Amino acid sequence: MKTGKIDVAYVAELARIELTDEESALFQSQLEKIVGYVDKIKELDVEGVEPTLFGRDLTNVMRDDEVRPSMDRETALANAPMRTDAEFRLPKIVEGAES
Amino acid sequence: MNLWELGVVDAAELLSKREVSSEELTKAVIGRVRDCDGKTGAYLTFDEEGALAAARDADARRAAGEDGPLLGVPVAIKDLINVKGQPCTCASKILKGYVSPYDATVTERLKTAGAVCAGRTNMDEFAMGSSCENSALGETRNPWNLEFVPGGSSGGSAAAVGGDLAIAALGTDTGGSIRQPAAFCGCVGVKPSYGRVSRFGVTAFASSLDQVGPMTKTVRDSARLLGALCGADGRDGTMPPEPVPDFEAATSNPSPKGLKIGVPREYFMEGTSPEIVESVKKAADEMARAGAEVEEVSLPHTDYAMAVYYVIAPAEASANLSRFDGVRYGYRSPRSEDVFTLYTRTRAEGFGQEVKRRIIMGTYVLSSGHYDAYYGRAQKVRTLVRRDFEKAFAKVDALLAPVTPSPAFKLKAVLEPLQMHLSDIFTVPASVAGVCAMSVPCGLSAGGLPLGVQFISAAFAEEKMFRAAAAYEALRGPMPKPRL
Repeated sequence: MKTGKIDVAYVAELARIELTDEESALFQSQLEKIVGYVDKIKELDVEGVEPTLFGRDLTNVMRDDEVRPSMDRETALANAPMRTDAEFRLPKIVEGAES
Repeated sequence: MNLWELGVVDAAELLSKREVSSEELTKAVIGRVRDCDGKTGAYLTFDEEGALAAARDADARRAAGEDGPLLGVPVAIKDLINVKGQPCTCASKILKGYVSPYDATVTERLKTAGAVCAGRTNMDEFAMGSSCENSALGETRNPWNLEFVPGGSSGGSAAAVGGDLAIAALGTDTGGSIRQPAAFCGCVGVKPSYGRVSRFGVTAFASSLDQVGPMTKTVRDSARLLGALCGADGRDGTMPPEPVPDFEAATSNPSPKGLKIGVPREYFMEGTSPEIVESVKKAADEMARAGAEVEEVSLPHTDYAMAVYYVIAPAEASANLSRFDGVRYGYRSPRSEDVFTLYTRTRAEGFGQEVKRRIIMGTYVLSSGHYDAYYGRAQKVRTLVRRDFEKAFAKVDALLAPVTPSPAFKLKAVLEPLQMHLSDIFTVPASVAGVCAMSVPCGLSAGGLPLGVQFISAAFAEEKMFRAAAAYEALRGPMPKPRL
């Protein structure tokens, strides 16, 4: 089965990765080969076949919903690339707001 | 006998008899790493002081009367499993400098058993790769021949165990990342059944496939180490309440008598190295002569398993790796101008090429208009792959198969991504099906590189797999060691 051209620039934007022109061109040809390979799955008749979501049939295994100790704020912030005393620091998201 | 040559069971016995202390054993491993890891590059970092402190703690526990199957045994950890206070980089620039704020469940289990977390091993970035060459932070070489790759993604753990730079190690396996490097480096590597071991605290690659498992010098060592890792912990919702049997007991008095072994026809395709085909046939013959019933079986959807994997794994990876956005931890691009470029440039600069390629592949197959044709369909084909295994395991206890189509390849062998992916062709089907599988060394190639055979059993039938593997190992006899 033939696959249409992959719009790598669009998909990269969805994935939030900035690509160089070189990378875009390289990924374009490589991904088309990989997609061409995985198109194999379209050969099979899967009418009426149940999907496998995990390695085997599973139902969610839940623990009791009890309050437990969790990570304290300082520990959670320790790996932050930029922070204030109590929060992660980010560039401005909403116009007019403080960053 | 050098202490660093010991495996888990032998080391634990010396510790138990108090012929050696954990501190002495850990010092011996540290000495070996200092002497030889300049050549192999198995470790990214090694907190010697931390390991020695943990060793002294284990010795104190023993002095207080405690004993246990892992008490005082040093274990190397793949650099995507969190150990509180230690780095956890996933061999990625995006996590350089990250320090774990908590222990993974498997780490907690090791610490409770008194094992010593000793060293962080190299890997392909975010476990994506088959040669360790996708590590952004270091190069690992095969201890048997430094011109060759150790395999991947758990290449550092395999090189450490294969080269006697560790007593044992933990790895992770998504499509073969424990079994393939174990085969390349001459050690035993186990991918447990999906849901057997908690994934809490293990950086996720593909959540419906990832499992943590042991990499060791003997089958019995792996059985012991796996036993310590298992059991529900309430923090991984994909672990069914299955009992955890005594895996190690399944490896004692090894004999193939009464075992039913299946050899899957589809695993002997064109393009597989004749040496590999020969070694698997030889293993099957040896087991048959010693009393196993060996028969040919068929897994007709084998060919499709790879295609399923290369839809599902990147799709899940693209979702899992969205957490690396430069906000809460890890690298942040200094070129960030607003929130959008904070994400796009942080990820552009922080991720390596293979990781970007897979995220984009995964985003593509999940994107609007393609989801049903790829991800949805792949999950249905996955069911067909799983049924093949279920049918086979209605007849046999374990499958005997090759691990890889060839022995280790040379470093910097220029392979197209698709070609590199195909080196996982014999390990991926068991991952897709969620069954358990392991690699056991079976000899050396004409070029002096290790070869492995794979034993695969049904989901949660690790006992059968260990029984078959231990029986084969006893027939095989001792393996040579590399010279470093």
